[in-house]
Parts: sequence; structure tokens; C-alpha cells
Amino acid sequence: MTITDREDAPSRTRSAGVELRDVVKEYGSTRVLHGVDLDVHPGEFVSLLGPSGCGKTTALRVLAGLERPTAGDVRIGGREVSGVPTNKRDIGMVFQSYSLFPHLRAIDNTAFGLRRRGVAAGEARRRAGDALDLVGLGHLADRFSHQLSGGQQQRVALARALVTEPRVLLLDEPLSALDAQVRVQLRDEIRRIQLRLGTTTVFVTHDQEEALAVSDRVAVMGSGRILQFGAPEDLYLRPASAEVAAFVGASSLVPGRVVGDTVTVWGQTLPLVSPAAAGACEVFVRPENLRIVAPDATGIDAVVEQSTFLGSVRRSLVRVADGSRVHVQHPADQRREPGESVRVRLDEVAVLARPVPAVSS
Amino acid sequence: MAVVNPLAPGRGARWVIGVGVGLLFAVPFAATVLFTLTPLPGGSGLSVDRWIALVDPANAAKYRPLWTGLGNSLTLAGVTVLLVLGLFTPTMVLVALAFPRLRRVFEFVALLPISLPAIVLVVGLTPLYLQIGRTLGTGAWTLAFAYGILVLPFAYRSIQASIDAIDVKTLSEAARTLGAGWGSVLLRVIVPNLRQGLLAAALISVAVVLGEFTIASLLNRQTLQTALIVVNKQDGYVAAIFTLLALALAFVLLLVIGRVGRIGVGRKTS
Repeated sequence: MTITDREDAPSRTRSAGVELRDVVKEYGSTRVLHGVDLDVHPGEFVSLLGPSGCGKTTALRVLAGLERPTAGDVRIGGREVSGVPTNKRDIGMVFQSYSLFPHLRAIDNTAFGLRRRGVAAGEARRRAGDALDLVGLGHLADRFSHQLSGGQQQRVALARALVTEPRVLLLDEPLSALDAQVRVQLRDEIRRIQLRLGTTTVFVTHDQEEALAVSDRVAVMGSGRILQFGAPEDLYLRPASAEVAAFVGASSLVPGRVVGDTVTVWGQTLPLVSPAAAGACEVFVRPENLRIVAPDATGIDAVVEQSTFLGSVRRSLVRVADGSRVHVQHPADQRREPGESVRVRLDEVAVLARPVPAVSS
Repeated sequence: MAVVNPLAPGRGARWVIGVGVGLLFAVPFAATVLFTLTPLPGGSGLSVDRWIALVDPANAAKYRPLWTGLGNSLTLAGVTVLLVLGLFTPTMVLVALAFPRLRRVFEFVALLPISLPAIVLVVGLTPLYLQIGRTLGTGAWTLAFAYGILVLPFAYRSIQASIDAIDVKTLSEAARTLGAGWGSVLLRVIVPNLRQGLLAAALISVAVVLGEFTIASLLNRQTLQTALIVVNKQDGYVAAIFTLLALALAFVLLLVIGRVGRIGVGRKTS
């Protein structure tokens, strides 16, 4: 997958591939990016996923030209852009904080980028109107930002970023200030619009569900590095490391023992996703891979501590006989009361194990 | 807003306070107006002759210093406002955007002139103005450099309040990603959103410049205030008339500030 064979491919849109090559970013003596490599194909939707402080936003800002990398290359459409200022990079960006210009109406906010590119006022307003229609806000074109809800402001910001048909769309946690329902709605809408326009998109988020739901590929970041870069299914089913597993999917940790390429947990022997050192280990188990079974079936005894209704399913926290606490997902109609004795077992799926961390005093 | 402040004075007390304070301002004002209506020698009753005499071509020579002073003061006000808007404002935006850690230092420096008496400032300004006189000449407008410093505290307060009210950093980054160069960012995004603060800063600067006497007098410049003193020695009536005119101008300026403030508020609640 080199730059050249991608550039030769005919493209309907102006979308460009994006590359970070060994990008390092330091603030004084603090290094926040440790040689990040990222390769986003034209038209692809890629998420940078990680906890706060992992460098994902910095990586995005380096792409946008809002931060200058200490070392490394940034390429957009195969062209090195380190020396190109933000306003010449032909990008669109939506920020975490509301960034609509307060003195302009939604329509003029949206037309701003077109006007800066020399599009005549009438034409710019017409195209801005179309862009607002695209995000479903055509009827609010004359509102000022303080007359719009948070979700509406971010929609206008999205229209404003897309109306110039940028080569790359950068989204810096645009949903994190919104409430849960609006967040899911807008998330799906961003993906729908992105698929329709085919705009290369880099999406920064700390919400793994968000990243897995909309992305073609996800780059999981931690401590200024990309830990794993792959399709959502790969990350979920075959996490490259314990760190990734811990971040993707709501895993619980239980003690086990690695023997060859299998691991023994609660008397069950399961295959390993990736090799691990023989001996005592911690095993990642997911709520959906645990079952509550009949009292006489194979499994391990446990006591329910807490049970949460999640709509279509119910998730219970149980304390297993070996002392560890795990989340078990089960049908919503099986109501479990705290203190109730149950029997749980693991599905026969490959799991990931990591050595028991050294106890530090 | 039906909250009643238990410490608020009662209805009667409020009237007493209002009338008392009103009189305090009204009496000298009315006295000045009456004074200017004193008839010319030989006349009787009240007359507007002295107001009319002001524009009488026959008196042109006598009042020329006043008109010159007024012209100089207005020029100075204009140049000072230019300094505030063209130099000070971009600097404040730059500090907010790129050097947020300098803000405290900057604030201290900007507010410093308010704590220095004008007479002290002049001690430092005199040698500087020797140099300025040699290089830029002794035109009245050069005093604007000193006035630019004098109005810093007032300008700083009103502009900073506007800067704090918006997210300058995100707005300019958003504008940059949309293709705006730094000039566009400043003129099309930041300045329109600082409108209120900039207007207040400009008007307060004008008011300060029109009312300044000490520095102008000690640096031997002719401004409205120095001319008033000179004319007052020959003709107290004319000085009083000009004082009233200056008051009226300041009143109009304050009205404009208030009006602009209300427009802003109206927009937020509409």
C-alpha cells in the first residue's frame, strides 16, 4: 500500500490520503508523541482512540497544522505539508468546544470558508444553504449560535467544515460535549454524510463504542504511541496487547495459568489469542463471553453484587469464588438480586492473557 | 426578579437620596449655564449674546487659541484611538492567543499608568519628547504617544472583558482551518466579536484625551484644556461655555456607549 498506487486510482471526490511518518511532538522536555505512524487511505474513516492525555488530539492538531511536529513528516495527498500553514492545507475541522463565530448567522458561518476561497457572496450562500440542508438545519440558517442547541451548533460546524469539500475532514471529539442521545444520533449522521461524500476523515475520540461504531479502521493510542491500528472487529477480537484489550471492550481481569498455547481459567481450558509467558497470568474476559448457568452445570460459584438494566440486556457484577469480580451479560428478563448465588462459566472463545503485574510497594 | 434586598432603602429614602445627589450635580451645572447667560456690559436680564459672540467673525482672533486647542485635541483623540485600535488591540489578541502566560505581566504594565500621577509621567516624558521633537517634529499629534499610555488602563479593561467573553483561541483556529489568513482571522472573526469592548475603549480614550491638562500644559502643547485656561484669564464666560460644550460632548459619548451596550444585550436575548 504505497502512496503511488493510491494516487493512480481515479477518485470521484477530492479526498486525499493522509500520512504521519514517525511524528514526534515535544513541549519543552515533555514528549507527547513518540514517533507516530499513521496511514489513512483516501475516503477512509479512521478513529484515533485512547484515554485523555494519550496524544490523539495532538496528532490531529499536527495534521491540521495547528501544532508543529518536533520531528517527522506529515503528508496530505502524498505531499509533505510540514511547511504549509493551516489555512492552506485545504482541510475541514470540527472542534470539541463550540466554535461557531458568534457574530455570524448559521448561514454566514457556513459560507465563511467559501468566502475565504474567493467564492462570490451569492454563490457561497447558496452552497452554504445546501450544506445546512445536508445536516438537516436548512430551516435554522438565520439563527445565531446562541440561538442553537449544542447539537445544532456542532451540526452547523460540520456543515461549515464540509462545504468547502476539503481533502480531509478532522473531527476533534466533536460529540463529547453533547448529551448521550444527541451524541449517538449525530455520530451516525456524521458517518452517513461521510459515506455519501467520500471525504477522508480522521476522528478523535475517547469513547470506544463511538470509534468502533463508525470507523473503517481504528488506531488505539496510549502514551503517545499507536498501540494497534486495524478494523474495529480486529481490535475487539484480536487485541494486540493487554493495553488495547483493557481499553477496547469492558473486560474484567481474572487469574489464570498459561500452559503452552492455552490458558486455564476456573478449571476451563481456553485457547489464547496471542502467545503469553507460561505460568500465572491475568486473563481478560468480556461480559458477553460469560454465562449464568444452571447450578449443577460446569462452572464456578459466584455471588451477585449488583445488577444493571441496560435496555436490551442486563449486566451483573458478580464476585467469583476465587475472589475476582467480573461483569456478566445476560438477557434482560433474568433478573438477578444482589446476594443471590449463581454459577457462571466462560464461553469457549480465545482469550488474551498478560503476566501478573509485579507487586510494587 | 422579585428578590427584595432587605438592605435597600425605602421609597421615601430613595427619593431623598436621588434628589440630594441630583442637586449636587445640578447646582454647579445650572450656575455655569446662568453665568454664561450673563448679558454683555450695558445689557440686562438673561441673554445668549455671549454664546453668539463665540461664532462672531469679529471675535475670531480672540478665540482662535480655543478653536486651535479644540482642533488639536480632536486630532489627538483620533490618533490616540488609532493607537489603541491599531497597536494595542492586536497586541492584546496576540497575548491571548500565543502568550497566555504573559497575561498577568501585561495586565500589570497596562494598568500601571493609572497609579502614576501625570506630573510624575511628565518627568519621564520630557527627555523623550526632546527626541520626538527632533525626529518627528513638535506637531500637536505627537502628544498622542503620551496619551496612548495614559489611556492604556481604561482601554485594557474594556477590551479584555470582551476577549474573555469569547474563546479567542478556538475561534481563530476554526477560522484558520477554514482557510483564513491571520489578517482575516483578526478583522473578520476577532474584531467583530470584540466590537463592544473596542467601542467602549475608543470612546473612553476620546473622553480622557479631551479632558487631559497636566501633560499638555507641562510639555507646552496647545489643547482644548490648556486653551481654556488661557482664555479663562481674559474671558471667564467663554471658558464656561466651552466647559459646558465639553460636558455635552462627554454626555453624548456616554450615551453612545450605553446604547451600543444595549444593542449587544438585545441580541443575546432575542
